[in-house]
Amino acid sequence: MSTETVEKAIEKKPAEALFSKRRKKLITDPLVDDNPITIQVLGICSALAVTTQMKPTLVMAISVIFVIVMSNLVISIMRNTIPTRVRIIVQLAVVATLVTLVSEVLRAFAYDMYKELSVFVGLIITNCIVMGRLEAFALGNKPYDSVLDGFGSALGYSWIILTVAFFRELWGSGSVFGIQVFEYISGIFGPDFKLATNGLMVSPVGAFIILGLIIWVQRTKTGYVEH
Amino acid sequence: MQQSNAYIITFSVILTVILGLLLSGTSQVLGPLQREAEALDKKKQILGAVISGDEISAMSPEEVNAFYTSHIAATVVDINGQEVTEKDGAAVTAENVDIAKNYKMPAEDRLYPVFIYHAEGNPDAVESYILPLYGAGLWDAIWGYIALDTDMNTVGGITLAHAGETPGLGARITEAGVQQRYVGKEIFDESGALVAVEMQKGEGKDYSSDPHKVDGMSGATITGNGVNAMLKAYLGHYSAFIESKKSSQAVAAAF
Repeated sequence: MSTETVEKAIEKKPAEALFSKRRKKLITDPLVDDNPITIQVLGICSALAVTTQMKPTLVMAISVIFVIVMSNLVISIMRNTIPTRVRIIVQLAVVATLVTLVSEVLRAFAYDMYKELSVFVGLIITNCIVMGRLEAFALGNKPYDSVLDGFGSALGYSWIILTVAFFRELWGSGSVFGIQVFEYISGIFGPDFKLATNGLMVSPVGAFIILGLIIWVQRTKTGYVEH
Repeated sequence: MQQSNAYIITFSVILTVILGLLLSGTSQVLGPLQREAEALDKKKQILGAVISGDEISAMSPEEVNAFYTSHIAATVVDINGQEVTEKDGAAVTAENVDIAKNYKMPAEDRLYPVFIYHAEGNPDAVESYILPLYGAGLWDAIWGYIALDTDMNTVGGITLAHAGETPGLGARITEAGVQQRYVGKEIFDESGALVAVEMQKGEGKDYSSDPHKVDGMSGATITGNGVNAMLKAYLGHYSAFIESKKSSQAVAAAF
């Protein structure tokens, strides 16, 4: 009898709302205030490489969301059984497996995307955001919280690369998601008017510039200063 | 307990087995779909040498297959330009020849597929001959298909692909803009010697007056050299076949 009451008391405590204030913060924090790309400056490599066009960037973003959320979930479930001394290897094995799964699925169902993204899908393994969240959060928190945290970080990554890709594709190729925007706009102003595209935006340098501008604007607004 | 060596080893073994099973299971399930996707991609590459990439990407997979069947005939030749129909007792078809595997054999022993692009449903009205290419880029293999017009000299188009060239540099060989530079170039000089088409070092120069040179890719000279070597080597391997087609056309023209 007495043990039962104790258990009930424990059960009552974690009855936190599904989206309590703390949990919402797990998702919203990495979007702006603690963004993995603009604040922590992680995951830059793929942010520069895949963002010439919106479509591959979207596929990349979805892949990263899947990998981060699933690896956070798996590691968080196993967190009490993982031996501390080999935890990095274990994390790496889980992440690598998930990334390989994504890569295989793309190869079967979206072969063109698979070719276009080529090494960058594989390189999600070394995306610092993934391992960073596993080390910093999933190893010490419950599965549901870890999933939210991973989802938040992945969204923070995704919106930045999609923004970069939007401007690079718009200014570099004059289109958005392959739809020729520049041609359409030029058409409105008559036959002699032609909006020019900028080749710089197609090269990785363009991504640096856009990313730098985003970081600048964001840090000016939030007043964040690196220590 | 959790820090003991025995625990760590057991944990690692179990994890490895589970992850391994998961991966091999996926590979088994998705394998057929992936092979289908790869076969379709190969057809797209072959067609890419003769029709524009935009046209191909506008087609559904079924349309690509149908277009391929109605427009492409294929044959396999050896280094002497003789048609090969079977090897080691097995029937040989152009679609099943693995260029990468053949690349590892000495040039004389290889099988050389030829894809013939013809008017819809009429294999006799040949429009161009599409020859596969294979070679080494900077990091890994590069390959492609070159289409020769019926004069066996003018390049009708080229598709290039790669396994691991640097994105933004060597990987640009897959871009339509780069491949477009080859269209209209010639592979034989005035004396009839094979010179192929050479990609130059540096980018932004105009080579439109030179039938054997194309503009290079800035930052990817070694990939460009690989493409040059590949073109020259494979056009050389096909030279017997090319000559035979040339002479038969000369005969046809004489009549």
